[in-house]
Amino acid sequence: MLTGGIIVVASFAYVALLFAIAAYGDKRADAGRSLIANPYIYALSLAVYCTSWTFYGSVGRAATGGIGFLAIYIGPTLMAALWWFVLMKMIRVSKANRITSIADFVASRYGKSQLLGGLVTIIAVVGIIPYIALQLKAISTSFSIILHYPGVAMPEKTGAQLFVGDNTFYIAMMLAAFTILFGTRYLDATERHEGLVAAIAFESVVKLVAFIAVGVFVTYSMYDGFADIFQRASANPQLKLLMTLGGDFGSYTSWASLTMLSMFAILFLPRQFQVAVVENVDERHLNKAIWLFPLYLLAINIFVLPIALGGLMHFPMGGVDADTFVLTLPISQQQAWIAMLAFVGGLSAATGMVIVETIALSTMVCNDLVMPLLLRTPGLRLAERHDLSRLLLGIRRGAIVGILTLGYVYFFLAGEAYALVSIGLISFSAVAQFAPVIIGGLFWKGGTRLGAISGLGAGFCVWLYTLLLPSFAKSGWMPVMFLSQGAWGIDLLKPQQLFGLQGLDEISHCLFWSMLVNIGLYITISLLRRPDAAEHTQATLFVDATAPARVSGSRFWRGTASLDSLLALLGRFLGPERAREAFITYARRRGAETLAALPPDADTVHHAESLLSGAIGSASARVMIASVVEEEPLGIGEVMHIIDEASQVLAHSRQLERQSRELEAATNELRSANLRLTELDQLKDDFISTVTHELRTPLTSIRAFSEILRDNPALDLPQRENFLGIIIRESERLTRLINQVLDLAKLESGGGEWQTIPFDLRDVIDESLHATSQLFKDNGVSVETTLPPTAPELLADRDRVMQVMLNLLSNAAKFCTPQQGRVHVTLHQEVTALRVDVADNGIGIHIEDQAVIFDKFRQAGDTLTEKPKGSGLGLAISRQIVEHLGGKLWVTSVAGAGATFSFTLPLPQQR
Amino acid sequence: MNQPSEKGQRLAALFLLGALLFNFPLLQLFARDGTVLGVPLLYCYVFCAWAALIGLMAWVVEHRSRD
Repeated sequence: MLTGGIIVVASFAYVALLFAIAAYGDKRADAGRSLIANPYIYALSLAVYCTSWTFYGSVGRAATGGIGFLAIYIGPTLMAALWWFVLMKMIRVSKANRITSIADFVASRYGKSQLLGGLVTIIAVVGIIPYIALQLKAISTSFSIILHYPGVAMPEKTGAQLFVGDNTFYIAMMLAAFTILFGTRYLDATERHEGLVAAIAFESVVKLVAFIAVGVFVTYSMYDGFADIFQRASANPQLKLLMTLGGDFGSYTSWASLTMLSMFAILFLPRQFQVAVVENVDERHLNKAIWLFPLYLLAINIFVLPIALGGLMHFPMGGVDADTFVLTLPISQQQAWIAMLAFVGGLSAATGMVIVETIALSTMVCNDLVMPLLLRTPGLRLAERHDLSRLLLGIRRGAIVGILTLGYVYFFLAGEAYALVSIGLISFSAVAQFAPVIIGGLFWKGGTRLGAISGLGAGFCVWLYTLLLPSFAKSGWMPVMFLSQGAWGIDLLKPQQLFGLQGLDEISHCLFWSMLVNIGLYITISLLRRPDAAEHTQATLFVDATAPARVSGSRFWRGTASLDSLLALLGRFLGPERAREAFITYARRRGAETLAALPPDADTVHHAESLLSGAIGSASARVMIASVVEEEPLGIGEVMHIIDEASQVLAHSRQLERQSRELEAATNELRSANLRLTELDQLKDDFISTVTHELRTPLTSIRAFSEILRDNPALDLPQRENFLGIIIRESERLTRLINQVLDLAKLESGGGEWQTIPFDLRDVIDESLHATSQLFKDNGVSVETTLPPTAPELLADRDRVMQVMLNLLSNAAKFCTPQQGRVHVTLHQEVTALRVDVADNGIGIHIEDQAVIFDKFRQAGDTLTEKPKGSGLGLAISRQIVEHLGGKLWVTSVAGAGATFSFTLPLPQQR
Repeated sequence: MNQPSEKGQRLAALFLLGALLFNFPLLQLFARDGTVLGVPLLYCYVFCAWAALIGLMAWVVEHRSRD
């Protein structure tokens, strides 16, 4: 039923379907109705992480290492939580600086260094080519297995049919054609490929559906559900071991290092950088991807262990590679369609990876390896060529074919060798070397070019020595002596027990040593020398990419340029038409009517450079721009100055904000102070008018009676004495009034002499009652006292307290109804004070008057109609005195039922 | 430095939670005999914790906060 013809047709038809989807995606993009501008496609395209190494390899790993394989998918889940910080920043930086590959990213961060870009490219190519070979091997193996349907047979050792007659070769070439067609249609400054991403997202759906279909088939058709598989497997002690963290990949150390490795891989694998950063349409898509992508990983892993256990139990004799269980289990059950689906799923996993990885690598090879070399080769006179865009596209296409051919040749040579089987993690370890320089570069301004080069270079060398070369040795391409006895027979240099370090698996071992030298050198060498102007500029642009007030890149450029030369330069690399278009769009955005109206200032030059960066990489773009414009190099001092200025602007705006807030608060305060002053001013006016009024009354009567006495010498003696008595009394009243006003003024200004002496308050009460006894007698008011047998002594000014007492008593006498009046004086001892109540049964005080009677010249009742019975200063003075002594004076009263004036005086502090 | 957003802080906390859940010694707590509905304890724990972490991440990201 599944003949070779059908399978070949099906697999080529599948690739043709990819072409169709990609073509449709590009068409939609050209029409401006993007197919991929939604977060779901973005999350699915990220799933290019799951290659055939996941599709077939996970089951293989699970069959030997139990659930240890899960670490490779849990790491990315953890990293997804940090995408919000790291990936978001990478996307912003890349969009702002038109960065199109991870090599360009690193080169650009460290002062647009061509050397660094080249180094990253070499590491990526060396690390990734075998990984591509692994995908081709998966395609080849699955092909030959399904060709044996309905039999289950492992492929024989690859025969001599290199290239011609090998289906894998044709698949590889179709992939190259696909990548060239949809990856290098034209030189685009953003390097985005919508059709390609649409196809990748489609592939992610296919491989997930296929894997889950196989999983469901194995779990529920061959066995009776999860519980059944696990229960049967538990019977076998060796299989039981797989359900714990035992076996080859079992220790917690390797679990942790795999988690860390995969965290780095999800960010820094060139294909992940391509889909996550370069192909990102909108950074908001990150939101959904943060949980959708981990969910994808979870879904594709649920059935891994059941398939592995099912396969191990179904083929107990061995002979069937666990890496092929996904395919061989359906075949063994004669399930042609499920087997076919599994085959297509594996094909999609492999092709997706190959396509994206190839395009990412080709961009790097072209921009960061070939172009810098070509531009530096004087004999080529490349800088003078008229149109370089064709050459650029040619280099990229050549690189794609070259990379795929290299992958194919490596696959062919390595075959079943160890070097291929273990390459997944070896690639991850190579890519992990980028982590310090990228993460450090994103968050630390101090990292320098030299530090990055040394760290990266040393880490790469350690990786070569401890991981790649040993894998060659294990494949028999190098003497095994290298492994067992170390290089040159030196024991300490055993590549997988470097300096005698034992007890770690090879991945953890390599991770430890490579990170040690990588991070160590990166930090140490960076700290040894201050960054120069270019490094500082780029560090600021990267680290402050998400800061609210960031410095624009054009701030760091000064010089003169002509629009024509810029346009000509861009035209040479992008093609004259595209360059013109790009400039016209830019001119419109800046509000210039025509291209000629565009000023050739720093912004324009910066824009041209970033356009060029997209096409040939930032390092080469820098060199090319510098060749056509006259630049004045900025010194480190000036760069620092610009950065300082920017941060000062930010600081100033914050300061201004704070100042305006303070100003507002001060204004409010002033306003309320002004209000209070106005009130006080009013009070002062009132006070003066009241005082003058109060003074005039006795003066008027003194003057009136004096005139009578002068004008009527014939007045009889008693009359005369009467008048003189009035004059004397009024003068006395006047004197008293003036004394009181002076007294009050003294009290209010806080002056006056206070004589603090110990005294007994009961004596003061007695004395004051004695002094006022005549007044009470005159008014016919009776006085009672309730005094405790003992009272603690007070420390205060005795005379002042007496003054208060006298004032309260005389008030009580004055306001009592004559003949029926009763006044009751009580002394209480409270916890910290003594309280005196002077209660009368007089007319009482209205509630609204109670608040004002303590004000100056205020008396209860209507002072206009009733004759005032006092100066109106007594209570004001009394309150001042009591408060000065630390006590309180208040009144409780019900109109018509008498009033009780009370005051407290604090007891001296107990020692 | 400007404070990361509320969402960012929550995601960072989830990262720390995940780093704790999927590591020694918590893993060892579940690395022993025993099954949940026939599924080995450790396998069940890893997938449940994983799903819970993804759920929390989804909640933090999709939840409309004052961002």
